[in-house]
Amino acid sequence: MIEFRGVSKRFPDGTLAVADVDIVIPPRKTTVLVGSSGSGKTTLLRMINRMVDPTSGHVLIDGTDVATREPVALRRSIGYVMQNSGLLPHRTVIDNVATVPLLRGERRRDAHARALELLDTVGLDRSLADRYPSQLSGGQQQRVGVARGLAVDPNILLMDEPFGAVDPIVRAELQQELLRLQGELGKTVVFVTHDIDEAFLLGDQVVIMRHGGKISQAASPTEILANPADDFVAEFVGADRGKRALHVTEVGGRRVVFDGDGRAAGVLAS
Amino acid sequence: MNLLFDAIAWILDPANWSGAGSIPQRLWEHVSITAVVLVIASAIALPTGALIGHTGRGREPAVRVSGGLRALPTLGVLTLFGIWLGIGLTAPVIALVILAVPPLLAGAYAGFESVDRRTIDAARAVGMRESQIVGKVELPLGLPIVVGGIRSATLQIIATATLAAYIADEGFGRFIFQGLRTRDYAEMLGGSILVIILALVIDGLFAIMQRLVVPAGVRASRTRELRSRPTRSRAVVGQPITEGNQE
Repeated sequence: MIEFRGVSKRFPDGTLAVADVDIVIPPRKTTVLVGSSGSGKTTLLRMINRMVDPTSGHVLIDGTDVATREPVALRRSIGYVMQNSGLLPHRTVIDNVATVPLLRGERRRDAHARALELLDTVGLDRSLADRYPSQLSGGQQQRVGVARGLAVDPNILLMDEPFGAVDPIVRAELQQELLRLQGELGKTVVFVTHDIDEAFLLGDQVVIMRHGGKISQAASPTEILANPADDFVAEFVGADRGKRALHVTEVGGRRVVFDGDGRAAGVLAS
Repeated sequence: MNLLFDAIAWILDPANWSGAGSIPQRLWEHVSITAVVLVIASAIALPTGALIGHTGRGREPAVRVSGGLRALPTLGVLTLFGIWLGIGLTAPVIALVILAVPPLLAGAYAGFESVDRRTIDAARAVGMRESQIVGKVELPLGLPIVVGGIRSATLQIIATATLAAYIADEGFGRFIFQGLRTRDYAEMLGGSILVIILALVIDGLFAIMQRLVVPAGVRASRTRELRSRPTRSRAVVGQPITEGNQE
């Protein structure tokens, strides 16, 4: 379990990125932080592995304040996946996946054997092991990034807009892969995105953040759609417009669902 | 043209290839001075440049200091130190180190700076120590540019090391100063040609080395880019990371 208690962050240039945030991130679930740019969601994520230290307040992992943990050891115990994969361009796929185990002093052979298994886990062919990141597609690079994040079998996996830079088809594929993986592994996943559809698809808990680093609502997707906390949330999730504003019309004895543009979206299954 | 033929004849004259003050002896001296100067200047400039490139701090003073050093006329510096320290190798070595520091420093910080900030951020986020980021990420990726700085510094040392003969009995410069004094222009020009040949040979070796130190993964991406250019501009792929701890 990850807890934020009265956490604020003011950067040296004066911007208040996170303002007095209290939130509990439940274990073995996916929590998605979603908001427009400048809402502090990435800053909040990076406080968990001390890439950013809060100006005030506390971040706790299983009751222990992360401020008491040595940053390098803390980071090695937490998986981190970022946009554009963040792979080391001069190392092969397998060395990239094995980066952290090797840093921890594991034997090369063991680390590589485990890295190969992880390629299977994330759905990559083992023949890619000796390629360099630049020789892979964007989607493949992201999969390698996920494999690297899982390499030390962490309890917590931080994902910072990991699918932001791949095309929509590959993104949909990676989202399904993540759902499958999470079903198998049951990690505590903290996922940052600005895409509300992605948030609703992946999140058990969705945290909607607004400009200035405040949390507008933290709840399940169903709860957010049913009871948006305020106008900002309603607007942000598009509850009153577009494809989420569905309505039902009887057509020839069947109840057909139409979206906001009046296009037929489906039929109610009674 | 006659002078040029005389100079080549002087170089090929077997009498100049053995005994005291022979071409091989002067070559050895010239290369030794260059090596000593390069080692000393590198020991000063490379760690400093790496630190500047890694932290992103101190760039301005470094640019100003190396700009100032570049403006110093080496012959003047040599004369000054020569008067102070007397005949011998110390004065020319100091003067040449001052000459070599700016290109080495510039190469080192430019090389370390050139590494994608997102790659470094990711390395830090997965748990690399700062020393590991320097050694395992920035150094291998920035090395081609660092070697470029060493290459340019080495050429300047080789060319300017002729001045060592001004106050020491060392290097190819002896032929030039001796030829000047005895009006033996064949020897003078021959000495100059030897310096040029040495510089070209060393530069060629560095050119090869500069290619060899490009990491395989980076080389792979370069060749791929040549074959198929990305249709999207690179700038839209992501923003630089500005937030975070820089310990």
